[in-house]
Amino acid sequence: MSEARSNQHLLSVENLRVEFPTRRGTLVAVDRISFHIDEGEVLGVVGESGAGKSLTGAAIIGLLEPPGRVAEGNIVFDGERIDDIGYEKMRRLRGNQIAMIFQDPLTSLNPLFTVGRQLTETIRTHVSIDERKARVRAIELLNEVGIPAADRRVDQYPHEFSGGMRQRVVIALALAVNPRLIIADEPTTALDVSIQAQIITLLKRLCREHGTSVMLITHDMGVIAETADRVAVMYAGRIVEIGPVGDVIKRASHPYTRGLMNSIPVIRQDIEQLVQIDGSMPRLTDIPPGCAFNPRCPKVFETCRTERPELVDVGATKAACWLYDYARRPGAGSTT
Amino acid sequence: MLAYIVRRLLQSILVLIAVGFIAFSLFNFVGDPINNMVGVEATDAERDAARKRLGLDDPFPVQFARFAANAVQGNFGQSYRLSIPVETAIAERLPATLELVFVAAVMALAIGVPLGVYTGLHRDGAISRMLLTASLIGISLPTFLIGILLILVFSVWLGWLPSFGRGATVDLWGWETNLASWEGFKSIILPAVTLCLFQLTLLMRLVRAEMLEVLRADYIKFARARGLTNRAIHFGHALKNTLVPVITITGLQIGSLIAFAIITETVFQWPGMGLLFLQAIQFVDIPVMAAYLCLVAFIFVVINLVVDLLYYVIDPRLRLDRPGQVF
Repeated sequence: MSEARSNQHLLSVENLRVEFPTRRGTLVAVDRISFHIDEGEVLGVVGESGAGKSLTGAAIIGLLEPPGRVAEGNIVFDGERIDDIGYEKMRRLRGNQIAMIFQDPLTSLNPLFTVGRQLTETIRTHVSIDERKARVRAIELLNEVGIPAADRRVDQYPHEFSGGMRQRVVIALALAVNPRLIIADEPTTALDVSIQAQIITLLKRLCREHGTSVMLITHDMGVIAETADRVAVMYAGRIVEIGPVGDVIKRASHPYTRGLMNSIPVIRQDIEQLVQIDGSMPRLTDIPPGCAFNPRCPKVFETCRTERPELVDVGATKAACWLYDYARRPGAGSTT
Repeated sequence: MLAYIVRRLLQSILVLIAVGFIAFSLFNFVGDPINNMVGVEATDAERDAARKRLGLDDPFPVQFARFAANAVQGNFGQSYRLSIPVETAIAERLPATLELVFVAAVMALAIGVPLGVYTGLHRDGAISRMLLTASLIGISLPTFLIGILLILVFSVWLGWLPSFGRGATVDLWGWETNLASWEGFKSIILPAVTLCLFQLTLLMRLVRAEMLEVLRADYIKFARARGLTNRAIHFGHALKNTLVPVITITGLQIGSLIAFAIITETVFQWPGMGLLFLQAIQFVDIPVMAAYLCLVAFIFVVINLVVDLLYYVIDPRLRLDRPGQVF
């Protein structure tokens, strides 16, 4: 908000570690990750299911399901720590400053309340205006997300909307109080392919218009390529590569990212078979020592199996891979 | 909506006809009613005359039609035992039962639902665990035992509340009520508590289970993500979504409150319909039994109808007459 902070990142996450204590020991679902999001920026977060993308989002907005907890690190939003501010302060931030959109628009809306009621309720939780004005604002919002005849549909129930329309309502709800950051957790996964592009385009346009930053969690590299400014690739609870989207896509540094890129079909290329990464992501209970990707990595060498790589600069991006530590990679001068 | 109501009404009428048929059959299958009316020494000619006078020689459908026509007008004939019209006997007793059931139902809802919400929200709290353990008592102790224990504690040992009867009632426009005076109210406390205890614990456990279920729903997560207050989430969003099963069970349970009232009324000598029915059984007072059967069926049907209509009020997805325009 203040001028002094204008050179700061809107959100910065430092060394975040999310744990789940279980009877058989503690599972580390997000393992010391750091990244930031600037004002108006779209950060894509990609990775397979279970890579810790959604948990990172939930940790930022303070909605980790117990027993999950932030065990280490800090989350700074707009210059202030928000990971330890207590339930009530965090609640005031939610929806107001940081909003979140979930995967399934069919179940994100309460079936027993009209769309308008859910909108006005959200608005009036954060802004002190009367019901009539909130309703006017609700209709505006529905118009803004492209719902035809908004003044009539505001009084309808969620079941009277199609999936795509419901996701528009969900976006309207997230944008209701003009938050500065939206965490969109697979916002289009549950929708028809034909609708997905519409929703992504809408989300992108609205956030640009409002100057809202977005953390876009998805496993769809296509969506990331079209939408994000920067992208973070997650694997087994860690960020393996992060950087501007063009660089990550065209000149992927980490072998995992390269594998991901190779597994995307390219329309104009006539190839017999898509390349896939052998094996699957380790379960949280048996993440190997060293680099978590080492059992599947085509370029694995000794160091990868024993020491965990940190993010290092590789051109425009950062990658967590020993290949880019020239002192440690095999055949490097220091080993002779 | 209208079509739905009409359909439900027709179904209800079918149910009532079926029950009426069973009630009517009582007269024919539980002995020959003529034997109960004429003396042991009556001749066959006298019996036939009586039979003719009462229309008992008519074909079966005609007799049933006459019974049904009378029943619809609230006319169930003479009570064998009391020698007064059955409808008069029931009219005297009905207010007592309805009032007892009403007080018990209100208590069950007013205490059971909030306790269910509380134990659902504080799943692992010490108070929740205590309440859940205590609720097992309500679920498993039989009604008559609870009644007797309550009498022992509050009437015999403490002497705070009367142990039987309706006590002082006030006549409000022809309705004898216990609720208009403190003295009358004191009499209804123990029977109502006895009657409601099972329903109360059942409701509490039901609401708790539903709350636990609903609180995991995505729309609750999304409501939290929008920063709504806990109060709005728990009592606005969550509780309303638990209501449909709660209303279903409450409706059914009001029916069984009336049925269980027989036991409670016996324990507390409450002059209601249940007591009347028990006495009717002892004396094979068939007209009273038939009337009671029809009345209880009627009450059940009405409650079910009300429950169905309440679904509409609560769940917009059921209002099918406004077809969803899906784009």
